[in-house]
Amino acid sequence: MTSNAASAPTGADLLQVNDLKVHFPVPGGGRVHAVDGVSFVVRRGASFGIVGESGSGKSTTAQGIMRLVPATAGQVVLRGADILGLRGDKLRQARRHIQMVFQDPFASLDPRRCAGDLVAEPLRLLEGLSRRQAAARLDALFAAVGLPAEARSLFPHQFSGGQRQRLCIARALATEPDIIVCDEAVSALDVAIQAQILNLLAKLQAERGLAYIFISHDLGVVQHLCDEVAVMYLGRIVEQAPTRTFFSAPRHPYSWSLISAAVPAGPARDALKARYLVRGEPPSPIDPPAGCRFAGRCPFAIERCRAEDPALLATGPGHYVACHRIGEIAAPDFDRAQAA
Amino acid sequence: MAPVLAVEDLTVTLTQPGGPVPVLERLSFSVEAGRTIALVGESGCGKSMTALAIMGLLPEGFARADGRIRLAGEDIAAARPARLRALRGSALSMIFQEPMTALNPVYTVGDQIAEALRLHQRLGRRAALERALAMLRAVQIPAAERRLHAYPHELSGGMRQRVMIAMALACRPKLLIADEPTTALDVTVQAQVFDLLKVLQDEMGTAIVLITHDLGAVADIADSVAVLYAGSCIEQGDTQSVMRAPQHPYTRGLMACTPHLRLGAAADAGSESLREIPGLVPPLGRRPAICAFADRCGRADATCLDKPQPALAESGPARAVACWHPETRAA
Repeated sequence: MTSNAASAPTGADLLQVNDLKVHFPVPGGGRVHAVDGVSFVVRRGASFGIVGESGSGKSTTAQGIMRLVPATAGQVVLRGADILGLRGDKLRQARRHIQMVFQDPFASLDPRRCAGDLVAEPLRLLEGLSRRQAAARLDALFAAVGLPAEARSLFPHQFSGGQRQRLCIARALATEPDIIVCDEAVSALDVAIQAQILNLLAKLQAERGLAYIFISHDLGVVQHLCDEVAVMYLGRIVEQAPTRTFFSAPRHPYSWSLISAAVPAGPARDALKARYLVRGEPPSPIDPPAGCRFAGRCPFAIERCRAEDPALLATGPGHYVACHRIGEIAAPDFDRAQAA
Repeated sequence: MAPVLAVEDLTVTLTQPGGPVPVLERLSFSVEAGRTIALVGESGCGKSMTALAIMGLLPEGFARADGRIRLAGEDIAAARPARLRALRGSALSMIFQEPMTALNPVYTVGDQIAEALRLHQRLGRRAALERALAMLRAVQIPAAERRLHAYPHELSGGMRQRVMIAMALACRPKLLIADEPTTALDVTVQAQVFDLLKVLQDEMGTAIVLITHDLGAVADIADSVAVLYAGSCIEQGDTQSVMRAPQHPYTRGLMACTPHLRLGAAADAGSESLREIPGLVPPLGRRPAICAFADRCGRADATCLDKPQPALAESGPARAVACWHPETRAA
């Protein structure tokens, strides 16, 4: 294996996102602050999970990092270079090291091209290989994702949903990237197939030292796969922590709400929901109000929360929280919920 | 209590050039007033086809070959189209997974809710709109007066699903079919939609058939559960009892391959690799004569590969399973 990842130890900083902002103008005035100052670091060989409701900006963060939408401000540093500033050949070089897998594999595969061509395309475009050179690498790629070599000549509609996602993963792996951004990559799959793909992602990570940015609304999946979790709300990270810390002692009221909604049914959940589950839906990200963006739905908001924007501050090793009332409110008893 | 819905030996086939291909095979289940049954299984197992058969909305080429569908005693599978039209939207209604495609973009939500009331209950325009407003309030839509005149695109996904629920329940149906009603919604909104369905169900005594692949949702809202595999029901029973001790290896597999949230002190344990169910559901027309799950099943032996598909048989109090070697241990 000549993986790029082999060149540096697991755990070193791989990708740095610094104060990333993605704003969109709205017809008729105003701006959507889809991503509004997001910073985090992904380590080599690690999985960084991003959770949040729709509209929280998690997919736009991924798209901003991949330059699928133009960033308004910020840096995305990969292998020492800010990829937001690269152009032409330099950008193509950088794209070899960061690849993406989308939610709907059917929509992200050209229906008129066979599987072999689809997987070979990044090799031809980004590494400049000839058709024959690229084809020579296909068997290994298909085997890596558990597809038979004969599948090369089939078209996307001839695969099942899970197999199509394997195809997308093979395509993302083709240039031997350091990191793959997975945007709800297992959300559209049946649970049985979802487990197959999650195990495949874990296996590839172990074999190749791959890092993932794993975007999902499913906390169980994120806990299973990720080393670190960031919770986004209206374009901001409101809490970030190592996975174990996050699920044993989350500190932001919005995290409590997300977890309460995902706890299995039972009397303990009912008690959690009654106190911590927020009602309603996120407000519009167009010109968000001053103060904490969660204040409007937060059951614990006070005057200060509506006036003053809380900073994301360290509260423990690798644990960051943006809340004025941290430590003032009793945290949910998740031990009890677990026991139930 | 007589069930609101009783599906008996329902068999649906798809007409193909080589002859009819079975889609649903001898499916039987029932649900009483005020109760919820969940139909679970992977895509291709027949969940949505069951819903469409009950609604009398089978797509072209699909037909009921055998069996009865009794709604409050009346066999609606044999009903004439006019009778079905009279039932749909009044005694029998359905909410779909994607509310945006199920709502008409060129009518206000008030008009769409009012339509069923005007048609089935012969209310005038004003009276129907008043009832529509009451329904919007019942589904807890804020600023309901204003939203009555809103178009679907002006509402969020969660709001649209509430509108769908308001439409479906406007005529106080005896039976509501909910096909993946929260799959397109955020978890926090999902929880609210389920709470709402429960409140309205208690109030109206509606029986609900919930179609879902989400076992969390099943535990949350369903009184009983029927697990479908390749067009047949392979396990059925009271939700708690099935979840505590699933007897069919497929049910067990479905439960094991979902990552379970571990909270508090339990979050310190590292995660193990997920149990997988290898392979795929056999496609239509390629179902074997033996147990359809045998080639994916870790417990399959010579009996399973030799004998015909096992029938659903009683396996305990209010439990039934279709398996030659059902599990007896707790999950």
